[in-house]
Amino acid sequence: MLVSDARILEVDQLTLRFGGLTALDNISFHINEGEILGLIGPNGAGKTTCFNAITGVYKPTSGAILFQGESLVGKKRFEITQGGIARTFQNIRLFPTMTALENVLIGADAQHSTGILSALFRLPKHRREEAAGHQLAMELLGFMGLAKQADELAANLSYGDQRRLEIARAMATQPKLICLDEPAAGFNPQEKRVLMDLIRKVRDQGFTVLLIEHDMRLVMGVTDRIIVLEFGKKIADGTPAEVRDNPAVIAAYLGVEEEDAS
Amino acid sequence: MSKFKLPALSALPKPVKIVLWVLVALLAYALPLLEPPFITTPGVDFGGVLFVVTMYCLIALGLNIVVGYAGLLDLGYVGFYAVGAYTAAILTSFHANWPLLLALPVAVLASTISGVLLGAPTLRVRGDYLAIVTLGFGEIIRLIAVNTEWLGERRGISNVARPPSLGGTEGWFEIPHLYWGDGSVLLDTQDTTKFLVFGVLDQIPYYWMGLTVVILMLFADYLVKDSRVGRAWEATREDEDAAELMGVPTFRFKLLAFASGAFVGGLAGALYASRQNFINPDSFLLLFSILFLAAVVVGGQGNRWGVMVGAVLVAYLPQRFREFDDFRVLVFGLALVLLAILRPEGLFPPRRTVRAKQLEQELEVLEEGTEGEEDARV
Repeated sequence: MLVSDARILEVDQLTLRFGGLTALDNISFHINEGEILGLIGPNGAGKTTCFNAITGVYKPTSGAILFQGESLVGKKRFEITQGGIARTFQNIRLFPTMTALENVLIGADAQHSTGILSALFRLPKHRREEAAGHQLAMELLGFMGLAKQADELAANLSYGDQRRLEIARAMATQPKLICLDEPAAGFNPQEKRVLMDLIRKVRDQGFTVLLIEHDMRLVMGVTDRIIVLEFGKKIADGTPAEVRDNPAVIAAYLGVEEEDAS
Repeated sequence: MSKFKLPALSALPKPVKIVLWVLVALLAYALPLLEPPFITTPGVDFGGVLFVVTMYCLIALGLNIVVGYAGLLDLGYVGFYAVGAYTAAILTSFHANWPLLLALPVAVLASTISGVLLGAPTLRVRGDYLAIVTLGFGEIIRLIAVNTEWLGERRGISNVARPPSLGGTEGWFEIPHLYWGDGSVLLDTQDTTKFLVFGVLDQIPYYWMGLTVVILMLFADYLVKDSRVGRAWEATREDEDAAELMGVPTFRFKLLAFASGAFVGGLAGALYASRQNFINPDSFLLLFSILFLAAVVVGGQGNRWGVMVGAVLVAYLPQRFREFDDFRVLVFGLALVLLAILRPEGLFPPRRTVRAKQLEQELEVLEEGTEGEEDARV
């Protein structure tokens, strides 16, 4: 199996079946360290399923997923997160009764180990991790432009702020690979442009990004490479320019999408 | 409905707040000595009632960790209470002769272990299923006690050890109670409490012990809630799958919540057995699980002060108004129905729930005219 230092994630002949339905059929791709990889395809193509397989929500029927050379198959979901893969959700799934700051702290806690005794007796570990967590959380909230809303309940934030808070929470787990599941869903073009810049900035901070997105313009503008799925199969793989000119992709996705967009 | 906001109180400087809290605590300690009219229970020993109130407070705080913080519906909490009580009874009277202070840690350990043993297989199921399993657990513990000779069967266990008295049977000093006459308040030198004698008649020392444990528990509750552990519980309650994907080992934290709840329940059970001096399976009926849960839900799950208020209501009111004994269950049922309609989150929900609810209502008002927008957002 090919595992180079540059490849942070390697998906090899991944197949996932639900009963008779084949959601993912023999998919292979890899993500290089430090790149922004786009994962696109029509609705129901298996993009989110692929995400779920990587983050441990679904067990692959067959195939391998290697993260930094280590297999993720069979690992628990929280172990995968602690190991360096974080994600956001297509439908926002913040903790609504907790403040924005606490939501991000949950992410930061992934790398911490304070238990009930440390907390109860306020041992140095608790103090150290709490201070480090707060600092990281406030930095990330500032980075996402949410510093002022730190003490606001997540449920009370505007839609866009909630989307940004999800990214901040994922970043707080200090991942190497961050998976964004349609982060721009429901955004207007202006907001999408801002988000695009933000995703680039996330990458510039040293994160590798896997991006699911419907909006072709956003994907073309921000990604280094693109994988195209259709009906659970990979139909194209390459730079944005290559993918744009691929006849199979145009037939499967772009033609339809551009009619919609105009 | 009034909004429970205390902006003036929370804005006070810290030293003033501490002084105020100390005064409140002192007043609580002095309550059975002051014997204030109207509050004092007629016909029932006031100290004894107050002791039971503190036990309910303790239990409500413990159950609040499980139900309020971690969101696990536990209908068999009395089971842990029973494990604590029986362990203390066996070790101090029935099969051994340990002093209570030695038996107490073992009792608490036993109930904590029973919490882990019950939780490890059952916490994989959610919601209603967990409620049913825990309901069964509570009954199983009681039925084991009824049918096991080693546990005293229906006769129960008597002569459970009392806590050690300070200063022998006479105590270090005596504290007179107040006597409320017609328009005058006197120190009653005939009616005194010996400090600190855990005897048969005077139950006030037990109340002081219970109150002290409750205060310690409040501190512990605050420290744990305000940490990674408390956050993990809350995240698990709000969205278990999302929490797991954010790196929270949800199963471990649910088990921890269960074990912590069992720890507190066992402690309350052991203290209760010691004060009661006698236990039998009838002390651990399903009804108590329901009463404990009612205290938490009525008070406002997730808010430590709310559940304490709930515990006081559930434990104190029936004793104060004993003359309406026949209507007790009826009134209780009516009150629960009214509460479910008027304040479904309990009398004192956590402040954040109140805030979120207010926003929800504001949004609802806004959305009434602009339903299309909401569709677009979802």
